[in-house]
Amino acid sequence: MKTKNASHLSLGAAPWKFLLLAVALLFTYALPVHADDHEAPAEEAVEEEAGPVDDYLELLEKQGEYAPAYDFFTTSMLWTCIAAALVFLMHLGFATLESGLCQKKNVVNVLFKNVFIISIGVITYAFFGFNTHYPGDFNGWFAWGDMIGDLNADGNDTWGYGGLGLAMTGFGDFIFQAMFAATGATIVSGAVAERVKLSSFMVFAVLFVGVAYPIAGSWHWGGGVLAEAGFKDFAGSTVVHAFGGFGALACVMVLGPRKGKYTENGIKPIPAHNFPMAAIGVFLLMFGWYGFNGGSVLSAEPSALGLVFTTTTLGACAGAIGAIIASWGVLKKPDLSMALNGLLAGLVGITANADVITVKGALLIGLIAGVIVVFSIIWLDKLKIDDPVGAISVHGVCGIWGTIAVALFGDSGDPEAPFSVLTQIYGALLVSAFAFIFALVVFVILKGVMGVRVSEEEEERGLDISEHGQEAYGS
Amino acid sequence: MKLIKAIIKPFKLEEVKDALSEIGVEGMTVSEVKGFGRQKGHTEIYRGSEYTVDFLPKVKVEIAIADDMSDKVVDAIVGASQTGKIGDGKIFILPIEETVRIRTGEKGEDAI
Repeated sequence: MKTKNASHLSLGAAPWKFLLLAVALLFTYALPVHADDHEAPAEEAVEEEAGPVDDYLELLEKQGEYAPAYDFFTTSMLWTCIAAALVFLMHLGFATLESGLCQKKNVVNVLFKNVFIISIGVITYAFFGFNTHYPGDFNGWFAWGDMIGDLNADGNDTWGYGGLGLAMTGFGDFIFQAMFAATGATIVSGAVAERVKLSSFMVFAVLFVGVAYPIAGSWHWGGGVLAEAGFKDFAGSTVVHAFGGFGALACVMVLGPRKGKYTENGIKPIPAHNFPMAAIGVFLLMFGWYGFNGGSVLSAEPSALGLVFTTTTLGACAGAIGAIIASWGVLKKPDLSMALNGLLAGLVGITANADVITVKGALLIGLIAGVIVVFSIIWLDKLKIDDPVGAISVHGVCGIWGTIAVALFGDSGDPEAPFSVLTQIYGALLVSAFAFIFALVVFVILKGVMGVRVSEEEEERGLDISEHGQEAYGS
Repeated sequence: MKLIKAIIKPFKLEEVKDALSEIGVEGMTVSEVKGFGRQKGHTEIYRGSEYTVDFLPKVKVEIAIADDMSDKVVDAIVGASQTGKIGDGKIFILPIEETVRIRTGEKGEDAI
């Protein structure tokens, strides 16, 4: 019987491997990755060592006309970067919340989807999302953007960036907005959990975050048709939350409910397997929301920042109280998952209007959002729309509420141009319908081409074993 | 030799263990189980929908003892784990055909 002589084989292969590695290293070194490193040495012959103060004065000169405001610019840019990191942290919140609310046998799958979404979301945003989201001058509906380049060049690392008046550099703008982009698909991932086919979901996520999100966003923040109509959405109740929520609704309708959830004898609940994780997730999301709303001030302007931090917090707290009162009143016992959803509902509700409302307004908006979300969750279940985490209710329904609340409670500061309820409704419905139809079309096509749902046996066994061959909690 | 299997309420485990050491029982195997008898389950509610949980958490204690200890062990367990309320549990007494101590290979009552 012939046996492989392993050591003989590796001896033969080793030199080739080293040669390949050396060639690869040489190649990467030769690539012009470092843009301006190979310039000529220092032009000036300095007599003294240039100290840090001289470096600072040079930087100041570089700011040109914006030099007098350099301190504010740097503080604002710093805040923007911190806010971007806080929004990134929301993905940790989503990951823990979703895995806590699903069953033990699907945790790996939920986490995997979350890792994928943030990764592909930021990458597509760099490749074409950012410039599609902010196309500059365009027809108001659609303009395809190309990949980002050096966003520090051409004075874009000063307050003159893009001539937009934003107190951040080009890269600061990019990274802050990139973190928002992936949250849209993450909202969907919770709603479709425990029965969606991983590969189909990955294709959907790339299209939803990569293509649909920047287009919808360009209508408002990109200066498109909604901006021109006077629509106001401070930090994205519509363009992020309702967008995600109604995309989720379309997917859930195509996907169908989890097996065994809706029986002839009524609803058979599939309870959360880990409430501590769910609670941790919600608190992390709230923590990240300070970046989400606070960062949307787009500078370190103290007056706006303090207001937004306060209204955001009050909205969240009122949302939790509203949900606790509503759920305890309607259902016999206080439900932790409803209280958690209520906190988030308040946050979503406040997201469109945090910078234009009063303290009382924040409390009312949050409270109403908390009540709405409870009834929305119960009602959707009655309609046999299975949403394991309540994403459609928290983000979709409360996103629309928050958007309309802008006109009901917000002060535009211009008596001749107040917020309009009709414009707010128009914007909310436009984006929600777009998200819904886009997701519906993509999911129906995916269903036909490759299927969007795992088999019954796979669903029973759990997606961790059937899709990943892994267990979340090893023994 | 007898194998005593006792299904008891989980919070009674420490008391039962203490009562058994007092009468000289030096070993036992304990597992977390679920079950029900005449004690019905309870209702839980999640996001507005009620459902019954039939299986209640219990603890199973298994003790191998010499024949002459059987009554003392049963009395000790009953005394320690009884609450008088429904769901106190049950004790089963089974005969053991053979016992082996793995470390030494001893058999019979020496192995208990």
